Amino acid sequence: MKEQLEKIEALAKQELNECADIKALDDLRVKFLGKKGELTAILKQMGKLSAEERPVMGQLANKVRADIEEALASKLTALKSAAQAARLKEETIDVTLPGTHAPFGKLHPLTRVENEIREIFMGMGFEIADGPEIDDDYHVFEALNLPEDHPARDTQDTFYIDGTNETNLLRTQTSSVQVHVMENQKPPIRIISPGRVFRSDAVDATHSPLFHQIEGLVIDKGITMSDLKGTLEMLMKKLYGNDCKLRFRPHHFPFTEPSCEVDISCFNCGGKGCSMCKDEGYIELLGAGMVHPNVLRNCGIDPEEYSGFAFGLGLERMVMGRYDINDLRLLYENDVRFLEQF
Amino acid sequence: MNLSMKWLNEYVKADMPIKDLCHALTMSGSKVECYETEGSNISKVVVGKILSKGPHENADALFVCQVDVGEDAPIQIVTNAKNVKEGDLVPVARDGAVLPEGKIKKCKMRGVESFGMFCGLDTLGLTLHDFPYADPEGVFVIEEDCKPGDDIHEAIGLNDTSIEFEITSNRPDCLSVIGLARETAATYGIPLNVKAPEFKGIDGSAEDYLKVDIHNTTACPRYCAGIVKNVKIGPSPRWMRERLRASGVRPINNFVDITNYVMLEYGQPMHAFDLRYVEGGHINVRNAVSGEKIMTLDGVERELTSEMLVIADEKKPVAVAGVMGGEYSGIMEDTNTVVFESAYFEPTQVRRTSKNLKLKSDASARYEKGVDPRISMTCLKRAFELVELLGAGEVVKGVIDCSNPVPEQSKVAFDPEWTNAFLGTDISAEDMKEYLSRLEFTIKDGIITAPSFRIDIESKADIAEEVARIYGYNKIPSTDFRGVARAELTAEQKFVRDVRNACAALGGFEIATYSFVSPKYFDKIRLPENSPLRRAVKIVNPLGEDTSVMRTSTIPSMLDVLSFNYNNRNEKACLFEIAKEYLPVKVETDGSELTLANDETRHRHGYEYPLPYEPQMLTVGMYGGCDFYTIKGMIEQLLDKLRVYNVEYSRFDTEREVNCGELPSAEGTKSGEYYENEAFHPGRSAYITVGDKIIGIIGEVHPTVQENYSIGEKTYVAKLDIELLMALADEKITYKALPKFPASTRDISVLVDDSVPAADLEKAIRKGVGKILEKVTLFDVYKGKQIAEGKKSVSYSVSMRSHDGTLTDEQADSAMKKALKALAELGAELRG
Repeated sequence: MKEQLEKIEALAKQELNECADIKALDDLRVKFLGKKGELTAILKQMGKLSAEERPVMGQLANKVRADIEEALASKLTALKSAAQAARLKEETIDVTLPGTHAPFGKLHPLTRVENEIREIFMGMGFEIADGPEIDDDYHVFEALNLPEDHPARDTQDTFYIDGTNETNLLRTQTSSVQVHVMENQKPPIRIISPGRVFRSDAVDATHSPLFHQIEGLVIDKGITMSDLKGTLEMLMKKLYGNDCKLRFRPHHFPFTEPSCEVDISCFNCGGKGCSMCKDEGYIELLGAGMVHPNVLRNCGIDPEEYSGFAFGLGLERMVMGRYDINDLRLLYENDVRFLEQF
Repeated sequence: MNLSMKWLNEYVKADMPIKDLCHALTMSGSKVECYETEGSNISKVVVGKILSKGPHENADALFVCQVDVGEDAPIQIVTNAKNVKEGDLVPVARDGAVLPEGKIKKCKMRGVESFGMFCGLDTLGLTLHDFPYADPEGVFVIEEDCKPGDDIHEAIGLNDTSIEFEITSNRPDCLSVIGLARETAATYGIPLNVKAPEFKGIDGSAEDYLKVDIHNTTACPRYCAGIVKNVKIGPSPRWMRERLRASGVRPINNFVDITNYVMLEYGQPMHAFDLRYVEGGHINVRNAVSGEKIMTLDGVERELTSEMLVIADEKKPVAVAGVMGGEYSGIMEDTNTVVFESAYFEPTQVRRTSKNLKLKSDASARYEKGVDPRISMTCLKRAFELVELLGAGEVVKGVIDCSNPVPEQSKVAFDPEWTNAFLGTDISAEDMKEYLSRLEFTIKDGIITAPSFRIDIESKADIAEEVARIYGYNKIPSTDFRGVARAELTAEQKFVRDVRNACAALGGFEIATYSFVSPKYFDKIRLPENSPLRRAVKIVNPLGEDTSVMRTSTIPSMLDVLSFNYNNRNEKACLFEIAKEYLPVKVETDGSELTLANDETRHRHGYEYPLPYEPQMLTVGMYGGCDFYTIKGMIEQLLDKLRVYNVEYSRFDTEREVNCGELPSAEGTKSGEYYENEAFHPGRSAYITVGDKIIGIIGEVHPTVQENYSIGEKTYVAKLDIELLMALADEKITYKALPKFPASTRDISVLVDDSVPAADLEKAIRKGVGKILEKVTLFDVYKGKQIAEGKKSVSYSVSMRSHDGTLTDEQADSAMKKALKALAELGAELRG
């Protein structure tokens, strides 16, 4: 019997060695270990053995079973990993083929930069105010200290609405929104008003009869020109990095006093002077100033009690500077090949 | 304003490097645009003296000259100039010289060597106005005090530097040499040397020749006049011509030049005219008679109105006050007696006149901004001083001064503490006083009096600006924002942001288009003749027809962009825009109240014309590799993301009560007429509705419209009203428990008339199955073989689930029976 067991083990191991697939392996398991298998057949003969031999043979039989099972298991693992390796090899693909794209659009560059600026201002506590694009003379001019016959009106190149006796017009600046806000809200006020404005400029690489402005207004007790400078410096550092420098130049706007124009150190030469900044080292960026007492008074705010500052920047110019766009018309032509780049 | 450095130096010692000066003035408020040195495009041109002029051996038209150019030996030059002779001084461009037209090199002319070229006025970039004695055709024979070898720039005074300033409208005083000299002096803290003009004069009084009456002292508070007799009209001296040229003014003759010179120097417009043409020797400053005419100096006859002010003699206007003189009253060759005028005209008066006549001049540009009201007499005297200096005539000593009260000089309290608090600075009161005094402000008893030329000073803020700009804007400290502020987007701003981001996530590229368009779009998108969308807000003064009306629909803008892309051979485009439409609001004829948001202020200002309604629209457009269901899918996903539910798509002809929201005015409800139905394919378009509201429109663009926009491919457009969407969006998100029990699924196919919309079938299934219904999914629509003509087979997979326990087959079957019953009401029968 011992020989029989040893023979079975030897046979099993030999057949296992030759076995090449998982199905055949299963057949071997049945053949050797199954209910009608060879080992079972031998074990059935155990009854005929003497009482001394029975435990010895039993032990041996169990060992043979264990050995075969282990051999089966390790063969199975080997076969499985070989099969997987084969499948993996077969499944190899060209990873350089292009991926499958889900549709995915982009925001307009004007929106992108506007969002960026909005976020910076919201972080500084500015709310965003909207207002009508077609407004009246009072809100666009008169309340802003530009009464009828004011010479500065010439520079605004206003579009007027037919049949309204020049009282209704396309806003030339989003400062009109500031007037609406001041009429409806008591200080403290801290807002920006982004939006479309309209001026009668013929279309070319740097002009458009429609463009976007972002104007800001802060009114509270004790607001100073230092606050104006600090706020604009913060904005520009966040937009253009900590190395950029601002330069404040006296200027004139009817709605602010003192007024200034703000230049930023040239993006190209950093302030040394080059052809891009016409050897100035600086590029004109925006207009700003302390809100004129007449404007506050017109909006029912006492200039003795409150002060404030205002500023206005042109979005197109910021967008063009940011993305090196050399022709403003591209922004309004909306060629998909252009829009895809942002 | 162009400033001559030579002229400036007469009043202030401006010997600092030009670049420093320009920077310092820019930083103190007088912005320098650029500066240019005259003749900087000319080099190696010297004065030459012609020693001999002889014939050319090979050419009759040429001459060979030996020229002394200040060196040991003369040089030889070949010329064709007939107007030069031995002994003449001429400009010689030597070998290697640079001229505005190019470089000069020595060469052989018909076999004879020439080491340079003689220059004419034009070769040097000059004109006869600069040197009236020169021969305009030939070589410039110099009659200046110079010697051979002198550099031409020095020799003829072509070496001034001119600075171009951008002067803001509040500082007309800086439109003058003295004004800018004052700014220079104040900026650097150096002395300003302006002395009061004086003239000798001959005995007599201007009143012996002329009588002046002002009939409107509001429009003209002051009028000074004087007489110059026995005038000698001729060119003015070189120094004056040089300065005028550097200031960008063409020299004409001594009298015209003097008026321009004084205007440039002091900023006060002057007028000189011939006494012969002042009928009755009587000047009347009066309003024009309506319909009165005058031929102005520019040769145009102009009709005047009674609001305009004129300088008239006894019969006719001789000048439009402060704007332009009359054609026949000017200085001529044979003028004998000249009247000089120096007056103050009220700015608004001049501005209105100039605007209404559409006539601008140097004088009107200054008057309408405001000249110094107290300077008229000084300038008259300066003119006379110059007349005597130039020996141009005899000035009659007694002058006429019609003087009425002019605007007071502004007075503002001196409040250094307030100024520092306002600026955020710590400037001492002494420094402030110093800055202000440099600018000629005076301070007495705590009150600042502004100089009379500073018409822009009104308040403490103006004084703060003066202090700040001399102190230096860039020395003001920068402070971080103090205090707590809370900011958040409004609900609408958040909603628009979500719409925008969702559209991009769904594959749309955002576009930006103009708000004004061509009215041709009415026809291009087939708006019916009676469509309210044809009533657009028009611009009175558009740049052109293409931008002349405010769009009442965003669809044409979208189609324009789709067309642009199609014609640029972009094979597909999926675009969106969030922008406004502009719908005019009718004025109520019975005068009843309008209900606009800003009514209160508008009524306060007496505006009778309401502002248009500006609804914000989302417009989506696409072509290339898409169909109706592509754009519909995009809109469905968008609306799902925005949590707008119960959306239906119904054909335009579906009978239903619809409105598109309220127009904020007496107009009342917006109806379906406010949509562009005719722009769409009638069988492939729909209103997007929720309940009884139309919130948008969607569909394939009508083939004719596609053709109108030159798009050669099927194009799809949808438009949704943002305000309505927002009102319908369900803001609240509530979690529903995940199911505990399995779902039962049944598939059914029904046969139904082709005309029955799928949406109705789905509704019937929902109704029939009731609350255990989880999901209805359409999986097949079939027409054709085995299906009768006019019918279609529609198949759904219906998923049912209960939250109380596993559904039994009986429950599911019974629900499906009810669904079939509901379907049967639509004429749908179960397909075998």
